[in-house]
Amino acid sequence: MSTAERLWHPLASLHDLVPRHVFWGRLLGRELAVWRADDGFVNVWENRCLHRGVRLSVGTNDGRELICRYHGWRYASRTAGCTYIPAHPADAPARTICNRTFPSLERYGLVWSGADPDGEPPTFDELESGQTLALRGVAVRAPAGLVIDALSRHRFSPTARIGVPGDGNGAGAGPRMTVTGRGDYHVVLRAESPDGEAASTAVFFAQPADADRTLVRGVLAAEPEPGSRIPVWRHHNSALSQLRDAVEAEARRRPPPEPMVAAIEQVPIHLSQVPEPAQKGRRAALRVQVARKWQAAVDVAGFDLVSIAGQLPTFQPGAHIDVHLAGGLIRQYSLTNAPGELDRYRIGVKLEPDGGGGSRALHDSVRVGDVLAVSEPRNNFPLRRDAVRTILVAGGIGITPLLAMSQALRHQGLDFELHVFARSDDHIAFAELLDGLGEAVTRHIGLSPDETGAALESLLAEPGPHEHVYVCGPGPMLDAARRIAAAAGRSDDTVHFEYFANPTDIDDSSAFTVELARSALSLEVPAGATVMEVLRANGVEVASSCETGACGTCRVAVLDGDLVHNDVYLNDTEKQQGGEMMVCVSRARSDRLVLDI
Amino acid sequence: MTMAGTETGACCDPVILNEWHAVADLDEIRRGELRTLLLGERLRCWIDAGGTARAVTGSDRELEVRTDYGYLWTTLGEPSGGVFDVPETREHDRRTLNALTVGIEVSAPRAVENFLDMAHFPYVHAGVLGEEPHTEVAEYRVEERDGELWAFDCLFYQPRASAASSQAVLASYVYRVPHPYSAMLYKSSPSDVDRMDAIGIFIHPLTETRIRAHLFISVLDDVSADREIRRFQQGVMAEDKPILENQHPKLLPLDPRAETPIRADRSAIVYRRWLSRLGVTYGVIPAVEGVRT
Repeated sequence: MSTAERLWHPLASLHDLVPRHVFWGRLLGRELAVWRADDGFVNVWENRCLHRGVRLSVGTNDGRELICRYHGWRYASRTAGCTYIPAHPADAPARTICNRTFPSLERYGLVWSGADPDGEPPTFDELESGQTLALRGVAVRAPAGLVIDALSRHRFSPTARIGVPGDGNGAGAGPRMTVTGRGDYHVVLRAESPDGEAASTAVFFAQPADADRTLVRGVLAAEPEPGSRIPVWRHHNSALSQLRDAVEAEARRRPPPEPMVAAIEQVPIHLSQVPEPAQKGRRAALRVQVARKWQAAVDVAGFDLVSIAGQLPTFQPGAHIDVHLAGGLIRQYSLTNAPGELDRYRIGVKLEPDGGGGSRALHDSVRVGDVLAVSEPRNNFPLRRDAVRTILVAGGIGITPLLAMSQALRHQGLDFELHVFARSDDHIAFAELLDGLGEAVTRHIGLSPDETGAALESLLAEPGPHEHVYVCGPGPMLDAARRIAAAAGRSDDTVHFEYFANPTDIDDSSAFTVELARSALSLEVPAGATVMEVLRANGVEVASSCETGACGTCRVAVLDGDLVHNDVYLNDTEKQQGGEMMVCVSRARSDRLVLDI
Repeated sequence: MTMAGTETGACCDPVILNEWHAVADLDEIRRGELRTLLLGERLRCWIDAGGTARAVTGSDRELEVRTDYGYLWTTLGEPSGGVFDVPETREHDRRTLNALTVGIEVSAPRAVENFLDMAHFPYVHAGVLGEEPHTEVAEYRVEERDGELWAFDCLFYQPRASAASSQAVLASYVYRVPHPYSAMLYKSSPSDVDRMDAIGIFIHPLTETRIRAHLFISVLDDVSADREIRRFQQGVMAEDKPILENQHPKLLPLDPRAETPIRADRSAIVYRRWLSRLGVTYGVIPAVEGVRT
């Protein structure tokens, strides 16, 4: 790796990063897409969608995500991870689909980046006053070294009063120029009027766009009065244009340098193949710190979790994380975040006094500043965005994944309605988010079970074309919704459920054999053990999360055998087809099961 | 990455040299001599006083020609047969015409792949060939038959599938790739439910990264004027051109790890493997040795 690749270089002026714009930048032979999200974060990405190589700079910055022009793939601010692939609306994209990102930092009115920079961008005492003005970038078709040589002989006015007598530009009365600092990619220049009364300092940077292309980015160590900036910019543009003409003439007399080659990284092997592989493990790969904890509703604690090292991974609406707690407790909580909110994960934890102690620990013991072990986000409740209308139905704390979905649909301008069932207004978690969703929200407060059933019947009646329903809430409400939706003629594949827990009583007295078709293993599952336990005991990795048949993470394809489905994740059609099972709870009715692992 | 087009010299890919290439719409050379490039070599085409189409290289080599389907086809090598068959041209109730010829700064295989792609319709051809939120690409089949690629059972929601359509339909497509640089599609005809309209893209490779695309149309449409049919196809191509010109690299990478395919890209995956197997090296970045494709 060359020295230049280990350095920070300016890439754009902050003025270039207009809201909702994608700026086309170039550094060391590589094209970059530079864009500012609405939260202020500046993204510097390789200017190439990893799907089909289309420049991301022709895409759309929607304030939270960058959308590729070719196929509408959405990439989250900060991580560049893919959050949605419109061609397959029912699938959650693999988390590893991620465009290449580069570091970014703002300093002196410029955005800095680099191929693999060490440390921080350079600092200059002259620019530390806080009063600086970034000049317009000037592109020069010449190598950076030639440009730096020319800049060390560069002249400009020592005063901001351009065009008036004594501005240092008149014939015969030129400014006294001093080079007060110089490096491979910068020159510090001081201009003083002959009478010594006016002085101005500027730092000029040579941004090596390619071997034969350089951008001159100057920063003036002064902030002109409002109104006098335009003449200052104009003066420097004109001075730098003269410099450019001279340097380009010089460069043309020399043999052209070899262009820089910025290699395109290969995509991971598993992404180059179709289909995607299974996710692995029940691991807590991330360490997060509780940045904020507050009462989000009656009996609901809200938590903001921030990363303690590195960037939080991409999530999609409907995703959850596993939170690992003392004593081996693992609990699943849905992320409520809006698209592109990757500076923190926000979860809501309902106190379950009769639960296993997970929510109690989070409510009582976990404090701001504590570090928690959590898994990367998993999405077993993906949101399709090809529906003409989406109906979201939330019961109690079941609102959490639907808040993420609502904000995504809202942000994308898609038609949806959110029905919130709660005991009282004070029981609605994160109610402040509902205000931003406007008329899409209908509150159903304090209804009895019968009244809830009637409300569900009225809102699920008369299915329209291309309509999808997402329901998350307590078990009885989900069972009622499932029944009502079926009676209204809604097909299983248009109604999506997320259960908190699996209420099924599981009979684990059967014993059977599982054969693993791809691993050529045959294993005995005795009474009292789950398929998952037996697989793991024999070294077969299985991804899992809730391990109670609710979340869908441990889904495995079944090639042969009769199943007893003990989960609440698969719908009735899928259970009848018998092509998949949750190995954490489901079992065989036959003596033998053949699994596609 | 270097973004400059790689203007290479002469083509030394025997597969591409020995193919017929559609270098001009016959109407174009009826209007006068065409001076152009073919695979990096200079080429002149015209119709002589006897009405015969002629093609001559920059070094004054007279080339073999064919005049099929309204185009002048020529070759720098020795093709093993004629131009691939387009049986629809023998059905006399069809309207057959060249809808447009357009120059695009891209390699021929990138343009073919775009022609085979349905998933971009709601984004690149919004309101015409697709429309959000109807973005799903249903599963379809890709087969190799008699040395050609075919994709069957392709279905896509289209607000305005052709010049003759007045309402949204679930359009049914069949794709055919009979030539490394040419492809056809057949889609349900709004005028005759039992038959298919045929559209072809016949690519004239000027260099590895510059092409002229000829859009061939053979439709069952008694209503639309030629002008309307052309305007419709020109509108579609005008939307594809800036996307194609913003693909990097311009050459189609055949290494499976160069880009990220999804199930909707099945036809593209098979097309890339097919080019690898044919041994095509012009217009592509061949897969690295030892990587299974």
